[in-house]
Amino acid sequence: MEKEKWLFNISPKNNTFNLNLKEVWHYRDLLFLFVKRDVITLYKQTILGPLWYLIQPLFTSVIFTLVFNNVAGIKTGGIPPFLFNLAGITTWNYFKECLVATSDTFKKNEQIFGKVYFPRIIMPMSIIISNLLKFAIQLFILICFYLYYVFFTNSGIRPSEFLFLFPLLIVFMGMVGLGLGMIISSMVTKYRDLTFLVSFGIQLLMYISLVVIPLSLFQKKGVEWLVMYNPMGYIIEMARFLLLNQGNVSKFGIAYTVIFSVLCLLFGTVIFNKTEKTFIDTI
Amino acid sequence: MMKQQDVILKVENVSKQYRLGVVGTGTISHDFNRFLAKVTGKEDPYLKIGESNDRSTKGTSEYVWALKDIDFEVKRGEILGIIGKNGAGKSTLLKILSKVTGPTTGCIKYNGRIASLLEVGTGFHPEMTGKENIFLNGAILGMTKKEISRKLDEIIEFSGCERYVDTPVKRYSSGMKVRLAFAVAAFLEPDILIVDEVLAVGDTEFQKKAIGKMQDISSQAERTVLFVSHDMGAIQSLCTRAILLVNGELNIIGKTKMIISEYFKAKTIAKEVFPISVFNNSLSIIDFHLHKSHKKEIINIVAYNDDISIIVKLKGNRSDIEDLLLEFKIYNKQQKLITTFSTYLLNFNLKFKNGDNQLKVNCDIRNIILAPNNYYISLIIMKKSNLSVYRIFDDLIQFKMVKSKDFILKNVVKPNIHGDIIFNHKWN
Repeated sequence: MEKEKWLFNISPKNNTFNLNLKEVWHYRDLLFLFVKRDVITLYKQTILGPLWYLIQPLFTSVIFTLVFNNVAGIKTGGIPPFLFNLAGITTWNYFKECLVATSDTFKKNEQIFGKVYFPRIIMPMSIIISNLLKFAIQLFILICFYLYYVFFTNSGIRPSEFLFLFPLLIVFMGMVGLGLGMIISSMVTKYRDLTFLVSFGIQLLMYISLVVIPLSLFQKKGVEWLVMYNPMGYIIEMARFLLLNQGNVSKFGIAYTVIFSVLCLLFGTVIFNKTEKTFIDTI
Repeated sequence: MMKQQDVILKVENVSKQYRLGVVGTGTISHDFNRFLAKVTGKEDPYLKIGESNDRSTKGTSEYVWALKDIDFEVKRGEILGIIGKNGAGKSTLLKILSKVTGPTTGCIKYNGRIASLLEVGTGFHPEMTGKENIFLNGAILGMTKKEISRKLDEIIEFSGCERYVDTPVKRYSSGMKVRLAFAVAAFLEPDILIVDEVLAVGDTEFQKKAIGKMQDISSQAERTVLFVSHDMGAIQSLCTRAILLVNGELNIIGKTKMIISEYFKAKTIAKEVFPISVFNNSLSIIDFHLHKSHKKEIINIVAYNDDISIIVKLKGNRSDIEDLLLEFKIYNKQQKLITTFSTYLLNFNLKFKNGDNQLKVNCDIRNIILAPNNYYISLIIMKKSNLSVYRIFDDLIQFKMVKSKDFILKNVVKPNIHGDIIFNHKWN
């Protein structure tokens, strides 16, 4: 008898490294439609609409400038403190939004995931992409202030000659956000405690990610170890270097960030794929 | 060899285990034990202790098998019905087939694309317009944008919501939502379509349309449909073969007609034993049966045109019982309601006779004109003061109508063609 041929197979175990990229590609339209959905529905029935994207980083920067720079007296080199903070916060926000939103993937989409199958990874991927739009709007306001400082004050700031690498930095940031988010969302299906950890952990992480305090200050005070192993710290510092041409970027920092992002994304994808099969029974 | 090729879906020894009780306590220790077993090369310690899934008896184990060793094949172009009581494992099976969750053991092999319709309108976003939702829902179900664009006009026409396609879905009535969602699914072109009881919503006209569409899908396009429903009428008219699940196990597979009668047989086996106590023993039903009027013996075969009585005996607190309304409802095999005998409709009050501690209520029915077939009587107990339903006892009595001498039917009466009631009539 000839051996039976089957195209597909559902079984309890699957190959850990079978990421099914072909299937993800088949569902690419869904990815696009999810992004579209997120974008058009986010600010429906609000008066200010997308203006909220601008208000949040601006106000945060103003407060940070008042508290950290005026009151606490943190020096930001030759850079106007407001611009220093705005650059940090804009970059940080993208990472934060990505991480928080993706870490909720399984719980938030329980309804859909419980009823129909599609590669679950589409969902966090769509979040990373739709957040890019938010990021673009926030970047726009940063550019406006940037130009103001360049042309209307004599602060003498200029971008680094490596500015063209900025998009690459965004990619790495997205990778860390997606990777970490997927790891957390996979664990949240069983241990809900992590949701609390994420919401306050991200607040704490910000302070050691060089968003408001420059690396030089950490080094001067001898507490460099606080930020040394935090890839986000390097990313923010690099962003500021590219935009404002100020900050220390080391070869170690670059290598560490690249390796960390790649590993994080890989590990995240694997654990996410493992979870997607049966999470609906435990959530 | 030819026959072998025809099989499009093969389910082999599929089992699914669930954990009972509150998930969340002790999961870390269980995970740890599992991990330990894995490392030392032993079997998963929690896979052994599961027991069969009988909802009503209390098991000793924390784990149960929602499905156990399910084995069947489906051929291309076939519509397979899946029936069973609530909790028999139908939905679990569908979930595994549609990859929402994985099996604990066993595997499923198939050729072609599976699309599942466990719910209509999955992923509909209330803020988006009908058209936008068609695209989103279609993509969730596995269609590409190009496919949807090509069929958009047909989908809108089938749904009958032309006027509303540019209105946000949150303004839709629930019926309209279902129509729109089913329309999307109907134009999906999978090789295997899995349908849960989604047809329960929507008006009859739409249900007919939906069932017709499913028939078209399988007959014209050679697609396979797996269909779960409690509506035996729909199952019978759609499916060629069916499987019956009982407590997570595959009880029987075969021709739909046979499976449906098995289903009802299985149903009556789970007979209630009198007395049934209602509400902490304050009220109990001592007896509920059928007998021929003016005769003593209990019957379950009734001749056409006979006079019968339905009798219920109640025991309990006097004033409580006197505040009750009773209803007997007769259903046919397809679970369609035929008629109701209600103390409420006739404004009849339950009254104890002096000195009695139990109440016998008699409902006399003259000239019963049900067509020869099997029927079921349910007992509904309501409260008179606020007209709320106390308890419903489904299918407590099963009886069979047979022909009689004074009104002779020459041919077999089919309920779906001739109806359930045949009046005593003559042709001149």
